[in-house]
Amino acid sequence: MKRSWAELTEWLDHRTGIQTAIRQFLYEEIPASSGWHQVFGSVAIFLFLTQAFTGVLLAFNYAPTPGDAYNSLRYILTELTGGRLIRGLHHWGASMMIVIVVLHMVQVLLYGAYKKPRETTWLVGVVLLVVTLAYGLTGYLLPWDNRAYWGTVVTTRIAGLAPVLGPYIQRLMGSGGGSVGVVTFARFYGLHVLLLPPATLILIGLHVYLVRKHGVAPAAGDEVLPNQQFYPRQAFRDTVAIFIAFAVLFLMAVLVRVPLEQLADPTDTSYVPRPEWYLLFLFQTLKLFSGPLEVVGAVVLPGLAMLALVLVPFIDRSQMVKVTRRTVAMAFVTLGVIGWTGLTAAAVMSTPKEATAVAVDYSAPTDWMQLSPEEMAGVAYFRQENCVSCHVVGEHGNKVGPDLTRITIHKDAAWMIQHFKRPSAMMPGSAMPPIQLSDVQLNSLAAFLLKLNPNNATALDNAPEFATQGALVYQANHCGACHLVNGVGMKIGPPLNGLAKRQSRSWVEDHFADPQKLSPGSIMPPYKLSPKDMEALTSYLFALPD
Amino acid sequence: MQVIDSRREGSTRRSFYIGAIYGIWAAIAASLTLPAFAYLLFPPKARREDEWVEVGDVTKLAPDTPVEMSFRRNRVDGWKITSEKSTAWVVKHSDNTVTAFGPQCTHLGCAYHWDERKTEFLCPCHNSLFAVDGRVVSGPAPRPLDRYETKIEGKKLLLGRLREGDKA
Repeated sequence: MKRSWAELTEWLDHRTGIQTAIRQFLYEEIPASSGWHQVFGSVAIFLFLTQAFTGVLLAFNYAPTPGDAYNSLRYILTELTGGRLIRGLHHWGASMMIVIVVLHMVQVLLYGAYKKPRETTWLVGVVLLVVTLAYGLTGYLLPWDNRAYWGTVVTTRIAGLAPVLGPYIQRLMGSGGGSVGVVTFARFYGLHVLLLPPATLILIGLHVYLVRKHGVAPAAGDEVLPNQQFYPRQAFRDTVAIFIAFAVLFLMAVLVRVPLEQLADPTDTSYVPRPEWYLLFLFQTLKLFSGPLEVVGAVVLPGLAMLALVLVPFIDRSQMVKVTRRTVAMAFVTLGVIGWTGLTAAAVMSTPKEATAVAVDYSAPTDWMQLSPEEMAGVAYFRQENCVSCHVVGEHGNKVGPDLTRITIHKDAAWMIQHFKRPSAMMPGSAMPPIQLSDVQLNSLAAFLLKLNPNNATALDNAPEFATQGALVYQANHCGACHLVNGVGMKIGPPLNGLAKRQSRSWVEDHFADPQKLSPGSIMPPYKLSPKDMEALTSYLFALPD
Repeated sequence: MQVIDSRREGSTRRSFYIGAIYGIWAAIAASLTLPAFAYLLFPPKARREDEWVEVGDVTKLAPDTPVEMSFRRNRVDGWKITSEKSTAWVVKHSDNTVTAFGPQCTHLGCAYHWDERKTEFLCPCHNSLFAVDGRVVSGPAPRPLDRYETKIEGKKLLLGRLREGDKA
């Protein structure tokens, strides 16, 4: 076995030279000072390959048109095994990529590794940074939810501010006049999956070729020490760093849910767009400039920063010195970190509360939205009475009592109400305690249970707290006596589905207090709701499907 | 220039490095490829219960004479639900029970039809013949015609899921 393996590799090496090539790659000589600080480049390449892998997997179930993109992503998240994990890896991988690329550049900057003859290696690296940001920019639009749409509207408007070139850049992005539509989407998708990946491969190839050509940058004092070999010691360090990065990424993908917002709605004027966390500093910078100076914050400063990066190896041409003596580089990096942190913190603090509160997570099934207010109130009673301490619903519950999703155990509402009041009378031998609720409340509970089946149990179990609490307020105030929700109720007042489209939150809240003031001629009586009830009811109404 | 040959480095340390490299890469590869296989190979979670579709009035059917009835049904196609026209060959038996066959030949999926002279279902593609109960009479068809689940409510015929005909 061992012999035939050796024969095979020898045969292959003779024809392809692969073994020799690998050996040359692994036993590359690196300076004695090489160590843990040089692992970031390898981690960046690993992350790029992971992004390519998860990206291809996403593309296998993704329809790249604005009409279908959102639905196909929801399909990936809610119906495919592992879909949420794959999307999480791709989403957080993009963020991590930025972090690692920046760390890589900081290391090179601190050590002065860009100095003669490695200027071109640095320049290719700067282009790779731009490419990485371009992935983030184009990928941001692809879920086609509100966040994606409005974020891209802002980006294209900023691009339009560029002096002279602005309108042309916008036209290239497929968004003449700053509007975002099908053409923009097609361009961004084409860039993200067709143009950028091969460009990245070529640039990485060039970058690595240059690193190999000039060798890993030595530190001062390396001349007198013997070189070491890349394999296995430095390869081990790179592998450990990659493993740490991967473990963090994997945990993020499993634990931190990437939300999917509502389908992109170009008419939703109340939406406050926010960029990705790593670009918040730019967003904050932009706020410092207004009117005719806006172009400074939007284009001039970022442009100058890129120019400064390009010029670094041509400005700093001194001899290689120990990293601890590179005080100017350290000062620049420190200033950069402080500036970035300060601006980002300011942006986070100035974020209005509504902009961060994602009312509804569309990356999970949202069947609960279709429930009538009465059924939704039933969900509240179901939770209040802690029915899951004995019954299984969706992913929660104990198996003491029967599985309530089994349709066969659902009788009619009248039977169920009698059973709730005196369980053992209707079901001899039942150990269930009587439920202490009023008839109206029991009716609600029965209505919800009649809706349960094995397919929607998890989805109904997902109903957020504000929706069930809001439905309780809705029921308690008999809103259904005049209004229609999900086809249930009366048509004396306007139907409440799509309210979020028609009115702002503050309008609705003021309207409860004095309906005639805001809509003269209305016959709706005023309601004095506690702040908590008001919050729950308005959130509930605003989360109703259109 | 002098080089420290890593192949001559302390052998325990060297084998630890190599072992760790292989182990870590194996772990990374497994945690990426296993979810990928699950993602690509596991069927999507079902979204809706199968609905019963109303097809028509059973009282109008003549006994033992297949009739092709058409209806519209919702089909879940990935992330889309499409309403599409579908047909079934419906046979009412003398005891008033009803069988509804899927409209495709079990050989290669051609549309077959009822041959009134032969009183058999004939597939024009490769001449498969099926009896009125769906049995294969001759030709390359590997199994009997597929059947819909059926339910009769009053006069109305309702069709459910299409089930594969058994080989027996």
